[in-house]
Amino acid sequence: MRDLSAAVFPSSCPVAGVPVSRLVGGRRRGLGLWPMLTLLGVLSFAWPPMAAGTEEYQAKARLSMVEKIASLATVTQRETGRKAFGSAVMEAMAEVPRHRFVPEEVRAMAYRNRPLPIGHGQTISQPYIVALMTDLLALTPQAKVLEVGTGSGYQAAVLAQLVSQVLTIEIVEPLGRLAEERLKRLGYGNIKVRVGDGYYGWKENAPFDAIIVTAVASHVPPPLVRQLKPGGRMVIPVGERFLVQYLTVVEKSMDGRVISRQILPVRFVPLTGGH
Amino acid sequence: MAPLDPPATDGARPPLLAVALVSASALGYEVLLLRLFSIIQWHNFTYMIISLALLGYGVSGTFLALAGDWIERRFTALFAVNAVLFGLTAPSCFFLAQRVPFNLLELLWNPKQPFYLALLYLLLAVPFLCAANCIGLTFCRFRGRIGRIYGSDLFGAGAGALGMVALLFVLMPVDALKALGAAGFAAAALSLVAGGVRHRWIGLSLFLAALVFPLLLSGPWAELRLSPYKGLSQALQVFGTRIEAVRSGPLGLLTVVESPRIPFRHAPGLSIRSPFEPPEQLGVFTDGGALSVINRHDGRGPVPEYLDYLTSALPYHLLQKPSVLVLGSGGGSDVLLAVFHQARRIDAVEVNAQMVDLLEKDFAPFSGRPYNRRKVRVHIAEARGFTATGDQQYDLIQIALVDAFGAASAGLHALNENYLYTLEAMEGFLARLAPGGLVAITRWLKLPPRDSLKLFATAAQALARSRVARPGRSLALIRGFKTTTLLVKNDAFSHSEITSIRRFCEERSFDVAYVPGIAPSEANRYNLLELPYFHDGAAALLGPAGADFIKRYKYDIRPATDDRPYFFNYFKWPLFGELYSLRGRGGFGLLEWGYPVLALTLLQAFIIALALIPLPLWAGRRIGKGDGGPRPNKRVFLYFLCLGFAFLFIEIAFIQKFILFLASPVYAAAVVLCGFLVFAGLGSLFSDRLGVRANPSVYPVAGIAFVAVVYLFLLPPLFQGLATQPLAAKLTVSLLLIAPLAFCMGLPFPLGLGRLGREGAGLIPWAWAINGCASVLGAVLASLLAIEFGFTVVILVAVGLYGIAAASFPVSTAAANSGTPADGV
Repeated sequence: MRDLSAAVFPSSCPVAGVPVSRLVGGRRRGLGLWPMLTLLGVLSFAWPPMAAGTEEYQAKARLSMVEKIASLATVTQRETGRKAFGSAVMEAMAEVPRHRFVPEEVRAMAYRNRPLPIGHGQTISQPYIVALMTDLLALTPQAKVLEVGTGSGYQAAVLAQLVSQVLTIEIVEPLGRLAEERLKRLGYGNIKVRVGDGYYGWKENAPFDAIIVTAVASHVPPPLVRQLKPGGRMVIPVGERFLVQYLTVVEKSMDGRVISRQILPVRFVPLTGGH
Repeated sequence: MAPLDPPATDGARPPLLAVALVSASALGYEVLLLRLFSIIQWHNFTYMIISLALLGYGVSGTFLALAGDWIERRFTALFAVNAVLFGLTAPSCFFLAQRVPFNLLELLWNPKQPFYLALLYLLLAVPFLCAANCIGLTFCRFRGRIGRIYGSDLFGAGAGALGMVALLFVLMPVDALKALGAAGFAAAALSLVAGGVRHRWIGLSLFLAALVFPLLLSGPWAELRLSPYKGLSQALQVFGTRIEAVRSGPLGLLTVVESPRIPFRHAPGLSIRSPFEPPEQLGVFTDGGALSVINRHDGRGPVPEYLDYLTSALPYHLLQKPSVLVLGSGGGSDVLLAVFHQARRIDAVEVNAQMVDLLEKDFAPFSGRPYNRRKVRVHIAEARGFTATGDQQYDLIQIALVDAFGAASAGLHALNENYLYTLEAMEGFLARLAPGGLVAITRWLKLPPRDSLKLFATAAQALARSRVARPGRSLALIRGFKTTTLLVKNDAFSHSEITSIRRFCEERSFDVAYVPGIAPSEANRYNLLELPYFHDGAAALLGPAGADFIKRYKYDIRPATDDRPYFFNYFKWPLFGELYSLRGRGGFGLLEWGYPVLALTLLQAFIIALALIPLPLWAGRRIGKGDGGPRPNKRVFLYFLCLGFAFLFIEIAFIQKFILFLASPVYAAAVVLCGFLVFAGLGSLFSDRLGVRANPSVYPVAGIAFVAVVYLFLLPPLFQGLATQPLAAKLTVSLLLIAPLAFCMGLPFPLGLGRLGREGAGLIPWAWAINGCASVLGAVLASLLAIEFGFTVVILVAVGLYGIAAASFPVSTAAANSGTPADGV
């Protein structure tokens, strides 16, 4: 049997000092993902099937989602420059209860690798894309991150597993309030939510180690670039709701020079038989 | 065999006026649904939904077969009930359809969505079924007067096409829908009058109902509900936004939105090094999407400087006080940019007069009236038409970024015919340049590149055709975060110009994708791609293996032509398979949806047609009284199938050719369509005189083939020669050219139906169903063929189909053998 834990948590990646799920551990924590899943499989035979919607059921679905993301990540190396996502990112994905961030009517699909509607014409991104964007931010545990476009709060929650402080701004008031209340209820003490204009960032807390702009942007807001620390990164997905076309990663070097990279979420070569 | 009643000889007259009104309403409904769904959803799916709903025509054959003897005895009542039902269902089925939680963006992910889509088809097919029943019933009841009935049907359709466009000038789309409801009641009343119904009060009360019914359709459920994912819906979610004005017309619904708390800041691809921010803006949404903005400006002071930090500002850094033509000037940003750079003359061309009025009248204090500035002249015209007329030479022709990013990225325009980015258009633009002049075209950046490269290939070919020896020396392509700008010069770029391009990009952190003499290492500096795709593509297109590169490229980047005007379609079938396998990683984001949706439409229509076509035969047998009912007949099948396809093929292909020639907004297209249908109607009236010959269809088919083939050679030089004539002259010429073709096209259907009326009436419902299904399939297939091969091929295929139809005309065999008439046809 192939040990999938290697794919999920490659031992070469440093593990950030963040809370780790009791269910999922990296290799160094003793119990690998695959044995864990096998155990869960055995348990599911031994005991009556878990009712859909229970926390155990959701946890199992979450593991399966993480496994899926890991298997997809291995083939995007060419575009993303990574053979696998960082183990800390994957742990965060395995930790955050995505089903708590989506409306009741789509909860059953919370752990499918697909975007979901969250009301107000907004969506929660496909988990693979969430993992990819988070990974591209190259976060350290001490980092302070700004998110523009809170949405359901899911991306902020994933970030909060990885860093010390997350500040997030939502333009649609009911969504922002709902996300704030939800994140509070779920115990994310290191996230601050603000309803308002994200274009000028969050001056009182600037500069940031990383910025993620999940709101629709016709251009990279120059004020946000200014709020990025030297060495910091900003990620902006570009595309339509439900369909991300490419990701832009803006990097500010230590000497303040700014370059951006445009990355396809998939490995795709536009010429047949070639290059 | 089906009961073979003699054609009506009881002195009753067909309700021709009612038939025309029903037909007009049905075609008006089709046009209106296109508008309504373009507003609440997206254009491509609109096309699919309406195509499938039109299969209601195919269903009506079964209804007619089931009605059987009732048609003779209860014709007037059946007609009136169906007309009333049309009136009731046309608005209410649309309002119900709005309640279906269909979200096309979720179609890929949510297994429930295909069912919602099917529900939409079913709902919207109902009004078309009722309308088709009215017409089909009249054919069955008055079999001796097929030519007149079909003539009324076509006259009505022609009037409906024109009438709806006229109506949209004065009514909001949703009110036009209510008016159609009234038309249904009025048609029912007219039919009762024509039928000489004894109880006059019934007819009178139906007329009254026509007046009152639209008033009953009010309340929140009778308002338009936009998809929450459309730009306008999203904008309105933001705290403090409000709608300031709404303008409706056949060119679109314009909604002006103010967002005082959180400004729009719409500046596509603005450089990250821009020290300037967009000023306060009003958002103008066309059909709930396609955002363009009106910048706040006092009309005198400095122009918003952020405009100079867009990729579209590049040409101004190569020219001194140029004379400029802005095509698609919309909210006026490109005009302000030209003003900023002290252009000595600015001609702004905008197709929608309502858009100009918003700036010049309604929001004049906000906009500062950019079109009223000194040196600025605004022209309400279509871009191709404008550049084909006049002899003014320009230093710069600027083609603005008019379509919305969202629609572009999802490929929702893929199937719109577009004559702005074709090879012939590019040649036309180059011809209007002064020596040393530039054409500048800004597009949204897509990854992997497709439209930028398609445009680059188009420009390279246009230059080569304009006898520029080395096109590579006259092209430049730059790219930013979200946009690309292509420069095409009618001369080689000088060293100093190339230096200016480099400097412009360097100051703004844009990348030079291509300039003459560029080194590959230079092409990927600020917005890093894994490989310099844009540069590599541009270089390959200019190289000796350019054609091979186009072939090997996974997207369709063949230059669009006037014969194949699908610039926005980049689809190739192998791409679908590859991206489908990558869907888990967001592969579908790299696909334009227009083409696959069209193919899906065809597939669905085909499957439904397979079920619908035999149904009237089955239904006819069920109600047949022991004689077995109508039997299928290969000739009848082939004849009506080929006619359905061929009529639509020729109609669609030639209308496109005339639209390009007229180069005028939607009403010219409506006049052409109307002309087509009316002349076909005239042909139909004439059909009764031909019907006695053994195979009368040979004559019109020969006529169609001759005229169509002659036009293929005649029209291009003729249109070119007449391009500078005024619209009225062009319209007259168009109608004169359409007349002989359409006249002939109006003949074969009533000839065939008339023959059935005399010798195999039981097969009329079947023929009606075949023709209904073939028309739907024909319309979809015409687009698919045009995308692949161009409209010329569509016309040639249609001529072939007409040939097959003529060869399989249901020839009377009564004289040849003693078979029953139904067998004999």
